[in-house]
Amino acid sequence: MNLLHVSPTPHERGRMSVRHIMLCVILALLPTTIAGCITFGKRAVLLLAVCVCSSVIWEALCRILMKRDQTIGDCSAALTGLLLGLSLSPSIPIWQALVGSFTAIVVVKQLFGGLGQNFANPAATARIVMLVSFQGTMTSWLMPQSDAVISATPLVTKSENFMDLLLGNSAGCIGETCAVALILGGLYLWLRGIISCFAPVGMIATVALFSFLIGENPLYQVLSGGLLLGAIFMATDYVTTPITKNGKLIFGIGCGFLTCVIRFWGTAYPEGVSFSILLMNLLTPYIDRLTKTNPFGSVHHKKEAAKS
Amino acid sequence: MKRLNGVFLSHRKHTENLLTEVLPLPPYVRIPMQMHMGAPCRPIVHIGDSVSVGTQIGEPVDNFGVPIHASVSGMVKAVEDYLCQNGTTCAAIVIESDGEQKTAFSVKPPQLETREDLIAVAKASGCVGLGGAGFPTHIKLASQQTLDTLVVNAAECEPYLTSDCRQIVEAADEVLNGILLIMRFMKLKQCCIGIEENKAAAIKKLAEVCAEHKNIRMCVLPSKYPQGAEKVMTYHTTGRVIPEGKLAADVGVLVMNVSTCAFLYRYSVTGMPLVERRITIDGDAVKRPCNLMVPIGTPYQMLLDYAGCDYDHLEELICGGPMMGMSLMNLEKPVCKPNNGLLAMKKAMQVHTTSCIRCGRCMAACPMNLMPMELERAYQKKDVEMLRKYRLNLCMNCGCCSYVCPAKRPLAETNQLAKALLAKA
Repeated sequence: MNLLHVSPTPHERGRMSVRHIMLCVILALLPTTIAGCITFGKRAVLLLAVCVCSSVIWEALCRILMKRDQTIGDCSAALTGLLLGLSLSPSIPIWQALVGSFTAIVVVKQLFGGLGQNFANPAATARIVMLVSFQGTMTSWLMPQSDAVISATPLVTKSENFMDLLLGNSAGCIGETCAVALILGGLYLWLRGIISCFAPVGMIATVALFSFLIGENPLYQVLSGGLLLGAIFMATDYVTTPITKNGKLIFGIGCGFLTCVIRFWGTAYPEGVSFSILLMNLLTPYIDRLTKTNPFGSVHHKKEAAKS
Repeated sequence: MKRLNGVFLSHRKHTENLLTEVLPLPPYVRIPMQMHMGAPCRPIVHIGDSVSVGTQIGEPVDNFGVPIHASVSGMVKAVEDYLCQNGTTCAAIVIESDGEQKTAFSVKPPQLETREDLIAVAKASGCVGLGGAGFPTHIKLASQQTLDTLVVNAAECEPYLTSDCRQIVEAADEVLNGILLIMRFMKLKQCCIGIEENKAAAIKKLAEVCAEHKNIRMCVLPSKYPQGAEKVMTYHTTGRVIPEGKLAADVGVLVMNVSTCAFLYRYSVTGMPLVERRITIDGDAVKRPCNLMVPIGTPYQMLLDYAGCDYDHLEELICGGPMMGMSLMNLEKPVCKPNNGLLAMKKAMQVHTTSCIRCGRCMAACPMNLMPMELERAYQKKDVEMLRKYRLNLCMNCGCCSYVCPAKRPLAETNQLAKALLAKA
């Protein structure tokens, strides 16, 4: 009689996999990707393709060089590439996009140990690196449906046509202009149970409230710039944000607050979403430590409750 | 009331509508002297002794143990070493059946007048929890705490298993009488029967027999694993929270499995100790899933033969349910007292583990609201202080964290290893 397979419990596992989660997020990004491609044309399609492909290639090369298991199959590199592409101006040169994806995948993600080990959001960090390095191209915007006209984003021009902002008929990064598409993607992820609503809602609500308090138009502040893209797709990144609901809420509020501070008082940059997310990423371990769960029936908690 | 976390599993209760069959008498049985926690019993028979059904063959050596009885009539063929599932060795008594199933003279209805009698009776009957964990019943009954509520656990939350469900459907009156017996002698004011909503037939049966009894309440609970865990069951039926390091008795609750209640009643009437039990045979490697009434000590191979097991494609054999059951090395093990299921699987689960992506699904699934990813990190660092801080001791190894993990990390397994580390520290 042959020996049977012996394994520790449980003897079955759920169907959800990392790859499945990543594909869901990519699917949720599709509406805004399509909207961006329609708005900015062939140039945007090319740029997104370059970002996605180069990210996957960087990851593959990196894993080969580091003699580690190949991980491109989990689709996280493709997702990072897409997210990075969506947060770039459609006018930047291809080589700059390649530098961006290299920063995201190799420097921010793989050098720290790959998926799950990076402390900062690869796409957001790469965008910041590019913003600092290539300030000229990163902040020159194309008008929708034309290649030539350079214009400023609505955050700078303050043109307040909400219909344009909702549908994406305005200047900006490829994936940040069409608010409807972003919200659609966010709703899909939330309903599928992939993301929780605490961080995005916290972040957006904070920006709206802050803007209202200092006399800016809250709706305009929420719909313009990269806020929705950042709040829905970057502030909900599992690896670099807090785990508990309370932690996520604190993270979201922090991001919203920092975004407003940079937007209203930062002189160098009109936009603060990626900076705020990166800064809050750094605080994530501390937020996690502050927001431990309360185990069922734990005695420690009872004592504290009795004291207070 | 806030419900505790858990996971929704596919039920696969293929056997819930099948009448329990009686396994043809095995030619021999092998009865281990250790079938649950506590020290193994001491064999009190020798090779060549003739025994009848119900003859005591093993004597407990500590207060925790319960006597073990012969499950077939015949002759003791061997008293041999036996490798238990926990890796220790104990004695096992092999009895060759003579096919007559004579009842021992000692089998007669017990005297039952006081609570002390009930405790003694439970011990003498060899009764342990029949729901899977096998906690000795007399220890529960002998609690020094003031008990006021009986919680009858009929959740049977593991996939496949239906032995408790069949007990209710086939003999709900035994269950009711068992409940009344325990309530009378333990002086309990009320009883809650906790049952998962996926057992419509059993719920109907129980509601019928309990209709006249105002102090017995049915609690139909969502079919969410691990509904049948003691702490979860107690909380969902009575709203009482069992604090860390305490037992159900400390909050005035006596939790009993539904089949255990029924057995205690049968014993009070017939005096026949725990020598047989109902067990579910299922899994994709058996052609005919069924519930069987089998003598304790029957080799698993006989059960599998009866259910039509495809041995050529058998890859994993699980004793118990798929979430908490133990996988077995070979077919030689016999049926033990707490054994409620036997699953024969064609394909052993193969998983590819990747890095934790901190998605928090393990935390959202943990019924105890622990943070398994933090526990894993702490274990990797061998950080005993952190393990304590994140309440490792509250983990009951239900396996929800491993089940939901998209990176397929062995979180429940790590918690068990961490508990061993904590015990050494």
